[in-house]
Amino acid sequence: MFTARNFLSRAAGSALRKPVVNVPRVTAFQPLKIQQKYYSSGGTKDYTVREALNEALAEELERDEKVFIMGEEVAQYNGAYKVTKGLLDRFGEKRVIDSPITEHGFAGLGVGAALAGLNPVVEFMTWNFAMQAIDQIINSGAKTHYMSGGIQPCSITFRGPNGFAAGVAAQHSQDYSAWYGSIPGLKVVTPWSAEDAKGLLKAAIRDPNPVVVLENELLYGQAFPMSEEAQKSDFVLPIGKAKIERVGKDVTLVALSRCVGQALTAAETLKKKYGVEAEVINLRSVKPLDVETIMKSVKKTNHLIAIESGFPSFGVSSEILALSMEYMFDFLDAPAQRITGAEVPTPYAIGLEQLSFPDEDIMVKKTAQLLRL
Amino acid sequence: MVLLNSIRASSRRLLVPGPRLPTTAGYFSSTALARENVPVKQPSRSDSVLFPGAVNSKFTNELKFQKPHDLPAIPTYRLIDAHGVVVDNSREPDVSQELALKMYKDMVTTSIMDLLMYESQRQGRISFYMVSAGEEGIAVGSAAALAPDDVIFSQYREQGVMMYRGFTLDEFMNQLFANKFDYGKGRNMPIHFMSERLHMHPISSPLATQIPHSVGAAYALKLDRSSRIVVCFFGEGAASEGDFHAALNIAATRSCPVVFICRNNGFAISTPTLEQYKGDGIASRGVGYGIDTVRVDGNDIMAVREVTMRARDIALKEQKPVLIEAMSYRVSHHSTSDDSFAYRAKVEVEDWKHRDNPITRMRKWLEAKSWWTGEQDQELRTQVRKDILKAFVRAEKEKKPALENLFLDIYKTPSRDLEEQMAELRRIIEEYPDEYDLGAFDRGKEGL
Repeated sequence: MFTARNFLSRAAGSALRKPVVNVPRVTAFQPLKIQQKYYSSGGTKDYTVREALNEALAEELERDEKVFIMGEEVAQYNGAYKVTKGLLDRFGEKRVIDSPITEHGFAGLGVGAALAGLNPVVEFMTWNFAMQAIDQIINSGAKTHYMSGGIQPCSITFRGPNGFAAGVAAQHSQDYSAWYGSIPGLKVVTPWSAEDAKGLLKAAIRDPNPVVVLENELLYGQAFPMSEEAQKSDFVLPIGKAKIERVGKDVTLVALSRCVGQALTAAETLKKKYGVEAEVINLRSVKPLDVETIMKSVKKTNHLIAIESGFPSFGVSSEILALSMEYMFDFLDAPAQRITGAEVPTPYAIGLEQLSFPDEDIMVKKTAQLLRL
Repeated sequence: MVLLNSIRASSRRLLVPGPRLPTTAGYFSSTALARENVPVKQPSRSDSVLFPGAVNSKFTNELKFQKPHDLPAIPTYRLIDAHGVVVDNSREPDVSQELALKMYKDMVTTSIMDLLMYESQRQGRISFYMVSAGEEGIAVGSAAALAPDDVIFSQYREQGVMMYRGFTLDEFMNQLFANKFDYGKGRNMPIHFMSERLHMHPISSPLATQIPHSVGAAYALKLDRSSRIVVCFFGEGAASEGDFHAALNIAATRSCPVVFICRNNGFAISTPTLEQYKGDGIASRGVGYGIDTVRVDGNDIMAVREVTMRARDIALKEQKPVLIEAMSYRVSHHSTSDDSFAYRAKVEVEDWKHRDNPITRMRKWLEAKSWWTGEQDQELRTQVRKDILKAFVRAEKEKKPALENLFLDIYKTPSRDLEEQMAELRRIIEEYPDEYDLGAFDRGKEGL
């Protein structure tokens, strides 16, 4: 699977030298003032998501010598997206390993090492390439503990950028949240902020089960304030707990990964334009899914919109809407809605690509429609 | 089945980058040390290539394609011929009578168990089975060469390995009947054996996935500086899977102490090797990946043992992979779902059965050495048959695993929705007791 790696996206290629956030074609990015006021200023420091992931890896490599990281370009090259920067020099070539180009090879090696008691972190250059390795992730990683009668744990972390980036076309732009979210035996997390990235990746590495960490390339270069607590090496977030990023009373917007930031921006516009207070839930974890937090919120707001950039069919938001039928039907004043990516293989051309994914405008419009504003 | 309780006193060692190799020697080595960027200087008028991808290649003025047919096929090593005669008298198998007889008995037991279980599937008493007829020599012979705590990843035709290691007839039967003593708690198809005690990983259905796993486990042992190795079994059909190629390549580049044993039995279900591959078997691929490789007569159990012992030595001392291609003929059908006479002549199979077979070959050799008689053989077969049937009846009568096993072990600790499902099932069973007959399950309703 080397086809497009060497010219891997205008954005990705340049991501190695400059933060992705500066790529002009990504119009979706808005200033982050909104989120910042939710953090205390005492001891808070700005971290890019890339730095947060890097710190999480370094801390876990330091903490537990059974942890090692393996993938294409992770060692000498410091990672295709520089997430593993400096780790080879610090931890040596036995624990930071450049692999031949063979996704099922190194994913399988990782699973085998996990079955033997190590805690590998397997990096996929992007999750799009992990389709080759999906048999190892699902049939071996997710099922062996069960099929071995519980004697054979598989403590492994699979991580890498997921979803669309900028100008990388259909074969590099797919979102796998729903794919892995449907497999019993896997846990799946989707960090948005730097705190999410650090806390969830560390939790994934420490978890005794196989965990899929779906990062987002467009977020790597984005800076978020990191609280003093989150800067510590013992900071871990619980897998399976969503976070309310913005408190509101009129409508619940459930989002994951990069859509969380967009939903927060949309919420501010909704307030300015209509005086509506939207509650924004950052899912953080796709499996297990925190239905309770969504339910509590919907009880209060009586309106639900699920937001994701994946395909609409059989997606994370389809699941959330199905759960709303099962658990929240009586609290809903209007049918729950979803905002998703378009059901087309992601096109390359700038305008077409933009049309394929939800932006803040559509989130505002759809919410206003739902609330009959 | 955690191999490494703790990586012994290694924190410092692991945290410090390995020694740097400043010389070009590193360039040729397949170890990670070779990754050091050593500048390659090519003297003018050099006769060799020094492209980084083929450092030992010589320049030539002759345009010539390498033709596989021009290369001699890799030879097949054997000690004893089909008549049970030692081929080279100076190379008598180095084995005690006691061990030789154990190996023979394990092969015979495996073949009788296979026969009985095949029949029992035909009677509808178990759902599925795979016999290993014709390949007992590879399984038992290789098992006899390993240390008891070497780690094994097998495919599904290595009953002989388990038999040699001491998997009891009861253990076999408990798995085949998926009763409450089955280590897999009734979650696997028959033949997917496992044993924590014998360091044998659970057998996994998707072909060849175990090959990269074995490399990962070997890497773990390497980091631990263990005196153990990993052994991985697979068939020549599985070697067409990408996993095989990925695993061999990565085992070579990471220098992992693993011995790959390919059972080349001539068929992948119905596909003959002629349609499976074009080259010189699986062995030629090992050479292509830069792995020490040997081909052995799989019907010669003593040759298999010797070759595996040597391979184990190389893997352990030199910390690198070795490939063994053991040749045999699959006398059996692929599985109970297969009737191989649809794609091969019965006479061909019968011919192989009579011409050569690991069990009869060894028996001839044992009898020639006066270590074994026809009478003893008859006695052994009668006794083994009895023992198997006893274990069979015991296992068939046992209860099925408790109901809770439906939900447990999906995660280390059950997730909340699984606990909810479990509670819901309990509620329904209590509400409609007449609809659920739980007598067959361990602890009945209380098993939930």
